[in-house]
Formats: sequence, structure tokens, C-alpha cells
Amino acid sequence: MERGSADRQPAANGELDGGLVIRDLTVAYQQRIVLRGVNARIERGQVIGIIGPNGGGKSTLLKAILGVVPIAHGSVTLFGHPSATMRRRIAYVPQREVVDWDFPVTVWDVVMMGRYPHVGWLRRPGADDTRVVAEVLRRVGMWDARRTQIGQLSGGQQQRVFVARALAQAADVLLLDEPFNGIDAQTQEVIRTIVESGRQAGKIVLLATHDLVSASCTCDCLCCLNQRVVSYGPTQETYTAETLAATYGGPVIMLGPGGAASTVAPPHAPPPGPPPHPAHHPLEHPHHRHVHEPLGREHE
Amino acid sequence: MMDAVAHWIADPFAHAFMQRALVEVVLMGAVTGAIGTYVVLRGLSFIGDALSHAIFPGVVIAFLLGRSVFVGALAFGLLTSASIVVLTTTRRVKEDSAIGVLFAGSFALGVVLISTTRNYSRDLAAFLFGNILGVTPTDIALSAGVAGLVLLLVVLLYKELLLVAFDRDAAQAMGVPVFWMNLLLLAMISLTIVVSLSAVGNILVVAMLITPAATARLLTDRLPTMLALSAGLGAMSGVVGLLLSFHANVAAGGTIVLVATGMFGAVWLLSPRHGLIASRLARRRLMAAPSPTGLEPVRPHPSDGR
Repeated sequence: MERGSADRQPAANGELDGGLVIRDLTVAYQQRIVLRGVNARIERGQVIGIIGPNGGGKSTLLKAILGVVPIAHGSVTLFGHPSATMRRRIAYVPQREVVDWDFPVTVWDVVMMGRYPHVGWLRRPGADDTRVVAEVLRRVGMWDARRTQIGQLSGGQQQRVFVARALAQAADVLLLDEPFNGIDAQTQEVIRTIVESGRQAGKIVLLATHDLVSASCTCDCLCCLNQRVVSYGPTQETYTAETLAATYGGPVIMLGPGGAASTVAPPHAPPPGPPPHPAHHPLEHPHHRHVHEPLGREHE
Repeated sequence: MMDAVAHWIADPFAHAFMQRALVEVVLMGAVTGAIGTYVVLRGLSFIGDALSHAIFPGVVIAFLLGRSVFVGALAFGLLTSASIVVLTTTRRVKEDSAIGVLFAGSFALGVVLISTTRNYSRDLAAFLFGNILGVTPTDIALSAGVAGLVLLLVVLLYKELLLVAFDRDAAQAMGVPVFWMNLLLLAMISLTIVVSLSAVGNILVVAMLITPAATARLLTDRLPTMLALSAGLGAMSGVVGLLLSFHANVAAGGTIVLVATGMFGAVWLLSPRHGLIASRLARRRLMAAPSPTGLEPVRPHPSDGR
């Protein structure tokens, strides 16, 4: 619905392409500083995982990029323009916990909301919008449930509906807040596929998550956040016991049945043989092996 | 028999004052029902109640000056809304306290002001409980204009109102001016309350904002349907209540609200989807059905009791 001049710039303009640049970002709620001096530069085709403890500012960072929390200091720019003027090109998948699931909207209605910025004030969605919504609903496997009220869905299905809404927006930046929370295997697969195709289409993907293993499997870089950036860099360099301990403010137990080395193995050294038995600690996730493959290809 | 029913319905409208009342209650019912949908979905019942009291001095001042009550009501509605926002910026005062302080104080100001008139108790009663049979053609024209404006905005701003109500962050992120949309919604609620003053009065208007919409919510899972149903139920309560009050010779405003309440009760019991009886039956079927594995009956999860 925002119609700034910057909004209409073609996305593929190489001159403008500075990616997503966060400079010295500080965000405070009332008197309390939630984020302090965050710097990051994210290029097209990068997938960034934001990890860190509760209250570490993961959601706040996403919301600052989205432009819905006041920025106390610093700036967020997308392709050289302040991100607040580029909102149509940033899509957001909220945490499932903050959505009012009793609201009288169907799956179709929610996904159509992703088209609203393209429709504009006082107008109704047209044939193009209908086509896009139908297409993304099929992509996330929610076409058959399109007439269902959103409260009737399972947790994974609910997550896919909001992912579909973000896809319908056809944005350049995709922000996902806790996308792996309480979902089923099918949804996990859908989200991974969508992140992967976003990467290949040259989009910028940021996902905030508690799920360290999913983050380490899916993301090119990790941003370890605890009010400030504790560590930011390629996953194989940041996903270490030392960094995680520094991020979470205490020792993180990484020892599994096979010893520390296997649980924090860098992406290029998948553990041989069948995946280990599912363990109770998130760091010892059986999905470790097979999700590394797309990453490996990417780096060849 | 049919003849008697037809007479029962048609005869009262031989009177010109009943014709005017009919138009007024239909307008009032439709517009409160439509805007009430957003009051219910956004949990604004308390704000709706507060606004109806807060606009009271505006109405009284306009009445005393012989000016349009719409302008007075709207001014006080917006003033109160803005004051609530300002008061709550100092964190010592919680929002519900701020609303409580303002609406009670505002209402008291209205009572004091109206006590300066000679026909104190009659005027007060008309504002508080409505005076549908005394509606003038000018009142109807104003109500029609305001109701038309509010309904037009509900239709034109459908996308934006929906987005702000359902997902505030997404609305803001997509560039919808959330603050102004909220203020606009409060202004629309204020206008709607003024339209309803003559039919149900200041005290009972909150029922018309909530009850038809809450009833409609039990009948549908889609917003456009809920808006239409709620407007229809509001208008229907108005007409049925008006007729009943005429024949029983009781207060129209109260009867209209009682009809709306009765409809809610009936739907709550009988609604095919969300009604008490339907969900009990569904639960019983679920308990009785063999489980997919054929080993034990499926027990509904405790949270499925909605």
C-alpha cells in the first residue's frame, strides 16, 4: 500500500544492489535496550540464521528490519534505501503464538493478505492476485484446505499458511520468526524447500530460531544475538561450542553419545553411516546429515 | 391465522411515527451490526461502552446550543480517544483505568450539564434510553447519511480494516497507517453510537454493538458473511423489538436489545457449527467412533471443547 518512488525500482538493478545493510542498530523499548549496535551486511541469495537466548532480541531484529519497532539509533537499508520505504519488498512470517487463530478468516483469506500491498487502497484483488494465491497454496500443500478456518488447522499447517502469505507477497526479503516451532516433518520439508528456492532466486532470507540444528543445516551464516552480536559469520565458523557458550551466556552441553566432535561437525563433514538415534538435546538432531547436501552443493 | 399475523405486523405501521421509527431502527441495526463486527473481533467491548458514555456531554452540549448532536458526539468521541492514548503514555496509568476514569468523568459532566435544563428528567431519559417514537424526519435524514457513510467506509476499507484487526504487525509492515486506521475505527464507532441514541439510547447501545456481531460469529467463519449477517441480525432485532414493544406497550429500546439477546441465546444453543448442542453431539460422535487403529476410542483433547 506504500507507493514510495523507491518501491517501484526494479529489483535487478545492479547499481542499487547493496543487499540488506544494518548499521549500528540500537532498539529500545521504553528505557530498556533490547538491541545494541548491531551491524550486518546480507547479500542476495544468503540465508541467515538468527540464534540466541530468549530476550536476546531475535524477534526485535526482524521487526526492526520490517520497520514496525522504533529504531533508537542506526539504520537499516535495503538495496540502498531505508527499509521503512521498502516495506512491500519485505515479507514476514510471525511466530505462531502471536496470531489470533479464532479470527473468522480462511486459509485463502490469509494468503490473499500477502497480495494487499500489490492491490492498493480502495481496490479489490484481481485475477492476477487470485492466480498467485492459488499457486503458492499448491506450493505449500495447502490448496485442499483453502476454505478451512485457520483455527481448525494443525500447527504445521498454520505455519505453512503464513509462509504462503509471505510467498504471495513476492518480496525480496523473507523474514521468518521461529518457523520450526512445533511443526511436523512435512512442514519442515516445505520450509526448507522454500528457503532453498529463495536462496536460488537471489532472495535474502532471515530466520530467527531456537532450533540450533535446523539453523545450522539451513543457513549460510549465523548471527548469534544476545542484545548485541556475539558472533556473525559463516555457519561452519560460528556453530562452535565456544561461540554458543558465549551467546547463551554459559556452557552449552554439546556432548552426545558419539562425543563432541560429531555433534558440532562442520557442514562439509557429514557423519558417516545411518543417522544417529534421535537424542534429547537439540544439537544432536538426526536430520544433520541429509539437509547438509543442498548446502554442500551450494559451496562447490 | 396468516391474516392475523399480517395485521399484527402491518397495522402498527399505519401510524406515521411508526413508519419513521421503522426506518430509524433498520438504519441503526444495520450500522451497529456492521461496525460491531470489528468491536467484537478486536475485543473493544469495553471501549465501545466507554465511547458511548464519553460522547454524552458532547450530545448534551450540542442539544443545549441547538446544534447538531453528531458534531458534538464526534468531537467528544475523538477527544476521549485521544485522551486515552495520551494518558496511557505515562505508564503509571493502565489503559483500562484510563478509559474508566475518562468515561465516567465524561458521563458525569453530561449529567451535570443536562440538569441545567427545565425538562431535566425527560431529556435525560430520552438520551439514556432512547425515544424512538419521537424521531423526526430530520433525524432520519442525518441517520441515513451517517449510517451510509460508515457502511461505505466498512466496504471500501475492507482490506485495511481486516489486516489491522487480524495482524497489526503485518498491516504496519505493509504500509497501512495503523494509528490512523484505529482512530478512524473509533470515530466510526462514535458516529454509530450517535445514530443509535434515538433508538436504544446511551446505555443500551453497547448491546447493539456486541450482541448481533457475537451472534453472527457463531454462525460463520468468514468475515464478509459475518459483517452481512451481523448487520441483518441488528436490523431484524430492531424491527421485531419495535413491533413487540408497540403491541406490549413497553419501552422500545429495551425490547430491541432483549430481542437481540434472545437471538444470541438461541444461536448459542442451536448453531450448527459452534453451538452448544452441536459441539456436544460432535463430541459424543467422536467418543463413540472406533479409533483408526481399532484399539481404543479416540478421546477428544481437553482444548477441543470450543
